Amino acid sequence: MTTQTIDPTPAATESLLTAETDAARAADGRVRGLRCRNCGRLEALGPSYVCAACFGPLEVTYDYARIRAEIQRATIEARPPGIWRYLELLPVDAPPERGLNVGSSPLLKGSRIGRELGVERLWLKDDTRNPTLSFKDRVVAVAAARAVTFGFDTLACASTGNLAGATAAAAAAVGLRAFVFVPADLEPAKISHALAYGATVVRIDGTYDELNRLCLEVADEEGWAFVNVNLRPFYAEGSKTLGLEIAEQLGWRLPDVVVVPVASGALLTKIGKAFEELVDVGLVEPRPVRFVGGQAEGCSPVATAFGNGSSEILPVRNPDTIVKSLAIGSPADGRYALELVRRTGGSVESVPDRTTAGWIRRLAATEGIYAETAGGVTLGAVEAARRSGVIQPDDEVVALLTGNGLKTPDARLFGLTDPGSSAAQNGLTPPIRPSLDAFEEWLDSGVWAREPAGVAS
Amino acid sequence: MSGVRIPPVLRTATGGQKQVTVPGETVGEVIDALVATYPALGAQLVAPTGGLNPFVNVFLNDTDIRHLEERATAVQPSDTLIILPAMAGGSLR
Ligand SMILES: Cc1ncc(COP(=O)(O)O)c(C=O)c1O
Ligand SMILES: [Zn+2]
Repeated sequence: MTTQTIDPTPAATESLLTAETDAARAADGRVRGLRCRNCGRLEALGPSYVCAACFGPLEVTYDYARIRAEIQRATIEARPPGIWRYLELLPVDAPPERGLNVGSSPLLKGSRIGRELGVERLWLKDDTRNPTLSFKDRVVAVAAARAVTFGFDTLACASTGNLAGATAAAAAAVGLRAFVFVPADLEPAKISHALAYGATVVRIDGTYDELNRLCLEVADEEGWAFVNVNLRPFYAEGSKTLGLEIAEQLGWRLPDVVVVPVASGALLTKIGKAFEELVDVGLVEPRPVRFVGGQAEGCSPVATAFGNGSSEILPVRNPDTIVKSLAIGSPADGRYALELVRRTGGSVESVPDRTTAGWIRRLAATEGIYAETAGGVTLGAVEAARRSGVIQPDDEVVALLTGNGLKTPDARLFGLTDPGSSAAQNGLTPPIRPSLDAFEEWLDSGVWAREPAGVAS
Repeated sequence: MSGVRIPPVLRTATGGQKQVTVPGETVGEVIDALVATYPALGAQLVAPTGGLNPFVNVFLNDTDIRHLEERATAVQPSDTLIILPAMAGGSLR
């Protein structure tokens, strides 16, 4: 992959370029265009995502020689916080004038939860605190910036939940109309979040994969900027910023292992691309990094293919999991995620919902971080990879917490015997009179005593 | 006989047509007839091994043919076949 991306474009491909491509290249300089991940054909920079020759997916490609000559650690460090500090490795000319403040989330020492997981050096990348409380703000920021320069009037997305709020807020900030498509059974907090920013929420009676297919057709028919359809090459580049930040926050180093929740597989794949680019442009020393992916047991097409040793990803027709944010049955970047995990000696783990809920509780109780379901899956994947030996006790591990627990408030109680009524489990005790007597009686009664916030096995 | 919806990226091969009608009793026959009628589609739809290109997803009405009987799935005249990039989920076949 590294050599592929820095190779000069083959002459045959070059001859396919049009004058329009040359114009796009001149305007963007560092950004060479869109390259087909399957056949390598180069296309002009534009709102397209499919190779006209072979139907393969397109990816942004850069003039790495030029970036290597220009980019410096000190220049990046001197810039304000946020994703645009990595401008040279993002597909925009300049930081956009309008937009949310996204990125530069903390990389925290997870020593308490690390002890429970048997990982001595565990880092938690806390992306629960972006503007709309998930890492999706990163991908949308890049896509929205491009939607503006391409002249679109409507920003849209096919969402498993978090993307809806991120798209709605970004559209509001840049002044575009928003249509967000979500499965009708989405967590209510996520729907009302998107509505709050003024977006039109299109609720689809079907799975994510069904609404994603619909959105491919709507993108073509309506000419809207779907951040994860026709702007997908730009959207996906935004995921790289998590990898870039991790390296900078480790003091311009790569870790031994990164653990990433997998839905479409774009995030995992793009963190791989970020690390490779950092090495290519001379910002970090090369180092073998193992990639570990996490999926929910009730929708784990990539983990299943990994476990079977298969390169074929069989789509899951009816996902059945509390982890709605990762419930993609037919993952667009699944093959690339699988390939990266295998090439680096990592794994893709399948995590039962009860385990996910348990890790949400343990994370909150030991680190003070409240993650959504995907965060529980990530920690469940750390546990599983540690058990199988993919993660060794002395490895330096970075676990990605990509969304906030306030979005999935019911998930933490999943699997408890009687979550509705037991104060010992859900922590909710009956209200008392505002008097000291009443309080002391309540204290003595012990009704408030909590069970340890355990991990179900 | 079945209607086939053509995505924009393939429309140069169909002379700009969004929807075409081709004969066939199964998904496989319809696709073969489509490629026979518009040979330029062959490069994009058919893999060198003869099967469907792994980056192409085919839906019968609303359903991914991988959830049905793939190429052997029966097609009625009232059905519409939708060809889309594997972005709506991809898989190595
Ligand atoms: C919280 C959260 N984490 C991780 C992911 C996975 O992202 P990707 O689709 O790039 O694999 C998602 C995707 O929806 C998400 O909402
Ligand atoms: Zn191609």
